[in-house]
Amino acid sequence: MAESSEHQPLTEAVFYILLALHTPMHGYGIMQFTKEISNGRMSLGPGTLYGAIKTMLEKGWIQAVETAADSRKKEYEVTPVGKKVVQNEIDRLQELVKNGFKITRGE
Amino acid sequence: MVITKWRFFINYEKEEQWLNKMATEGLNLISFKFGRYTFEDGPPGEYIYRLELLKENPTEKQAQDYFAFMEDYGVECVDTYMNWAYFRKKAVDGPFEIYSDFESKIGHYKRVAYLLGTVGGANLFIALFNFTLSQFNMYLSFVGFLIFVLFTPIFISYLQKINNLKKERALYDK
Repeated sequence: MAESSEHQPLTEAVFYILLALHTPMHGYGIMQFTKEISNGRMSLGPGTLYGAIKTMLEKGWIQAVETAADSRKKEYEVTPVGKKVVQNEIDRLQELVKNGFKITRGE
Repeated sequence: MVITKWRFFINYEKEEQWLNKMATEGLNLISFKFGRYTFEDGPPGEYIYRLELLKENPTEKQAQDYFAFMEDYGVECVDTYMNWAYFRKKAVDGPFEIYSDFESKIGHYKRVAYLLGTVGGANLFIALFNFTLSQFNMYLSFVGFLIFVLFTPIFISYLQKINNLKKERALYDK
């Protein structure tokens, strides 16, 4: 569960959730962010989002933000480990794009 | 106006389709109890209904947290029955799907298949057992066989759905 899994490809949903949580947000905020940033292409289902949040909390990629006690809505933010995971994924995606262009455009 | 209808579904997706058809006709589900559906009338097409087989019992804290999360999303839990939750969302908000990626869809189908397989299998076992006993038990046995025969094709159809999603997952990232 430690280092090795952090270099595996992320799902689009997980990638965008981690990006969203560079600013503390609650579940609905994440969904809106994802929709906006993908020009409406990505629509996160609440069940999928809830499951992803739970798994990422367990892995320590994100953490709950301390908010006012009366607030029922939980906010989350990315942890340093989560930031590392995003960075690794960006590097991997860049490699894909670079190789894609190299072959298809002969760059 | 409140209307009650009796129906029995083994396939939850058929049940969901029926509930959505009722909703487009302006009949919104407000409660469910063992085959008994209660509807309230409202503007036609106001809601989209979705059913989910929860991992835990709706009375547990985990499930309560989930319902609170869904509420923030504008999703209302209309009723629960055993581990089934009946959700609805306003149709004006756009399409409503609980799961949007392969992994979570497969996970849900697996829970459904496990339930269907367990109920079907347990009934076959009871049927076979009763078959060997008295005349009265023979009748009971028939009920068990019938349930097994009804559940099995649907159980298999869910196994196929899981398989198809796994094939998709091997090609696409969603």
